[in-house]
Amino acid sequence: MTEKLKRPDPALIARRYAAERRFRLYGITALVLTTAFLAVLLTDIVSRSIPAFTQYSAILEVMVDPAKVDAAKPAAGDFEGLVKAAWRAQFPSASSRADRKILNGLISNGGGDELRRRVLADPALIGQPVTVPVMLSDDADIYLKGQVTRVSRAAGQGPLTIRADGETVFLAGQGLSPGVIVLADGGAFKVAAEGEDAAAEVIVAPGTAAEVGPGQWQILSFAVPEADRKLGDRAAVWLEMMRERGGLERQFAWNLFLNGDSREAEIAGILGSIMGSLMVVFVTIVLALPIGVSAAIYLEEFAPKNRLTEIVEVNINNLAAVPSIIFGLLGLAVFIGFFGMPRSVPLVGGIVIALMSLPTIIIASRAAIRAVPPSIREAALGVGASHQQAVFHHVLPLAMPGIMTGTILAVASAIGETAPLLLIGMVAFIVDIPTGFLDSATVLPVQIYLWSDLPERAFEARTAAAIVVLLVIMLMLNALAIYLRKKFERRW
Amino acid sequence: MTAIFFALLVVLVAATFFAGRLRATQMRGGAALVHSLPNYHGLLIGVCTLLVGLAVFLLLAVPLPLVAPWAGLAAGAAAAFALFMRMTPEFRARNLFEKVTLGFLVVCSGIAILTTIGIVLSVLFETGRFFSEVSPWQFFTGVLWAPTGSPPGFGFIPLLTGTLLITIIAMCVAGPLGLLAAIYMAEYASPTVRAIFKPVLEMLTGIPTVVLGFFAALTVAPFIRNSGAFLGMNISAESALAAGVVIGMLLIPVISSLSDDVINAVPQSMRDGSYAMGATKSETIKRVILPAALPGIVSAFILAVSRAMGETMIVVMAAGLAAHLTANPFSSVTTMTVQIAMLLVGDHEFDSSKTLAAFALGFVLFVFTLVLNSIALRLVQKYKEQYD
Repeated sequence: MTEKLKRPDPALIARRYAAERRFRLYGITALVLTTAFLAVLLTDIVSRSIPAFTQYSAILEVMVDPAKVDAAKPAAGDFEGLVKAAWRAQFPSASSRADRKILNGLISNGGGDELRRRVLADPALIGQPVTVPVMLSDDADIYLKGQVTRVSRAAGQGPLTIRADGETVFLAGQGLSPGVIVLADGGAFKVAAEGEDAAAEVIVAPGTAAEVGPGQWQILSFAVPEADRKLGDRAAVWLEMMRERGGLERQFAWNLFLNGDSREAEIAGILGSIMGSLMVVFVTIVLALPIGVSAAIYLEEFAPKNRLTEIVEVNINNLAAVPSIIFGLLGLAVFIGFFGMPRSVPLVGGIVIALMSLPTIIIASRAAIRAVPPSIREAALGVGASHQQAVFHHVLPLAMPGIMTGTILAVASAIGETAPLLLIGMVAFIVDIPTGFLDSATVLPVQIYLWSDLPERAFEARTAAAIVVLLVIMLMLNALAIYLRKKFERRW
Repeated sequence: MTAIFFALLVVLVAATFFAGRLRATQMRGGAALVHSLPNYHGLLIGVCTLLVGLAVFLLLAVPLPLVAPWAGLAAGAAAAFALFMRMTPEFRARNLFEKVTLGFLVVCSGIAILTTIGIVLSVLFETGRFFSEVSPWQFFTGVLWAPTGSPPGFGFIPLLTGTLLITIIAMCVAGPLGLLAAIYMAEYASPTVRAIFKPVLEMLTGIPTVVLGFFAALTVAPFIRNSGAFLGMNISAESALAAGVVIGMLLIPVISSLSDDVINAVPQSMRDGSYAMGATKSETIKRVILPAALPGIVSAFILAVSRAMGETMIVVMAAGLAAHLTANPFSSVTTMTVQIAMLLVGDHEFDSSKTLAAFALGFVLFVFTLVLNSIALRLVQKYKEQYD
């Protein structure tokens, strides 16, 4: 060892340290990217969901006409007709057939429900004027929430002169171009021509003013031509006027939580699918928990170490990684095809999900049982307990918190499961809220899938709101699991 | 009828349990040395009633539906009575009851096996019927997938390429991110950093795939299309890229948690040895730890691939339904899982070749994932043995 040690090259050391710093940076970047993705995902969904939690209603005074609502049979009354008539009465100038049709379209098909509820609760209201909120349709609702894309609203700059010349009205002011809508002096116009003193079509007749001061009038312009919009110019004008009068109110959308599915976005709710999910989860827990824990006890405590046990273990590990859709095939072929069980019912859904979560529960329970120190078992055996007594009276109670944590996590993922339930027919459009395990039902994640497929704009927010509910449920279950783990965790 | 039967059976079981326990308690009171505790006598009689009653009911339920409930109850009561008469102080009620319990435990562990057998049989049976209508050669080499066309095309190749394309995209995202995240978490992260990022990864694992599918279809896909339009490319609304990237995000926690475990399992002595030679931390990781943990990391990747191939909802919602034979990540592709779901959703007969094709696809998917999982599990096993 006479060779002299070479002094390390400082440049090499610098390079190596730079490489070290770079490597660390890659690692933290990966974590930050993942977190950013999660953050974007959650913000995106929550922000999309916000509009769905509120609903615009028109506050109308409705005369409960005894001719329309028979005091003897109030439930059969034409409440929808009443509220629609009251709504049309707000716009006396809109008298043509086409106008009436547009106005009716702004009220939801469930618009009369609140009135019906009040009248049924208090039949004395028949023949009286009642002030009720009347739910607007999804298109009107979306417009009022400002979700219609590319619509701009601006206060008019400078004065606006209005000159009527027979049927036509000529407007002069800044910022007018063909297609924009001008709201002024209680009236509304659609500008039809270019330039100063432009010809305009009257949508709602104005007052008598010939000139309106700066800031007293508004310009409403849509980027999308009227033919491509769900909500026409007239409808928009009427809604704007109603809003101006203070006749609209934004309320919490209880419908979302109290109704079953519907084709009308503003009526559709998640209660039916939540009931379906609860039933599926109930069946899953009732089946998977006892079976899973028993299997875990057997494999961990009683199984002889032989080839057969080994096959069972490998099999359980493999089953845990089988794609969920394959379990759907199993359910379809065996439970529906072979045993002839009905399609679309929570019972079959629960059985399929139970088989799917079984491996997870077995693996978690085995880990929990293994974590109980052998001294507990040996002490029990030492005072004369049988092997089963030692396990059921001493080991199992100590392993229970771990087993419960594992089960809750398995249930949380079972609640979010979609694919296998598609195959066993839980994708039907079901309005009624299921009441039994053999009723046709759907579950929350499948409801999300169904809604996400619908073309109506309003369902997008509904879908996001349903997702928020699903995520909150899962978050609560996970929190419960963490709480149990923290509270009962024992270090031996 | 069935509900009444079960209600009555529960009552009967409870009654026999209490009768048995009471009898045993009385024997104890009679100063005789009783072998088993009173509870065991009750439990044994109760469980006998339950099993005999259920068995008779189930046997007769189909041939004699009217008689079955009453026969079941009568048989249960008779069994209880027979046992009751045999009860003596020496009667080994505990041992017998424990045998019944053990039998129950064995049956429960067998259910996992039964599930596998059920999957294999159901899928295999329908696949056999499918291949009697469509030749396997045509299925495995055909390049046209159009199950509803006339004549229908059952070529599997476009689905395979679609599945592989999405899997590759997903792994390109999840592989580096998941592995780097695991390395950082295992080797660099302080407890605070771990406390921040571990819940993030766990939350990502817990998010239902239908939620990710919604996100992929409504946010990621339009984003990709708009970026493409900005760069002058024409990207379809449903692209393999959108689905692949989001599946990749789903796989990050899968890879990172498994890799984290195996990296932590590398003995500290190997790290210390490397540091003693003057290696920096990253050199130690790259030259010592990763090679040592390689089998475990490979198995994590394989499990992630199997997960990606079996993923359904994200691709159903974001990747499209048309089967294109392409390697272009910007075009829309379809996968095996999507086609299974699409062919089987809605009302259908069990014997059209359309539904049978779904089972054939399921069979192929099952074999793929089973092989991948087995390899992964074997690797992990080997790896564990190496350091135990």
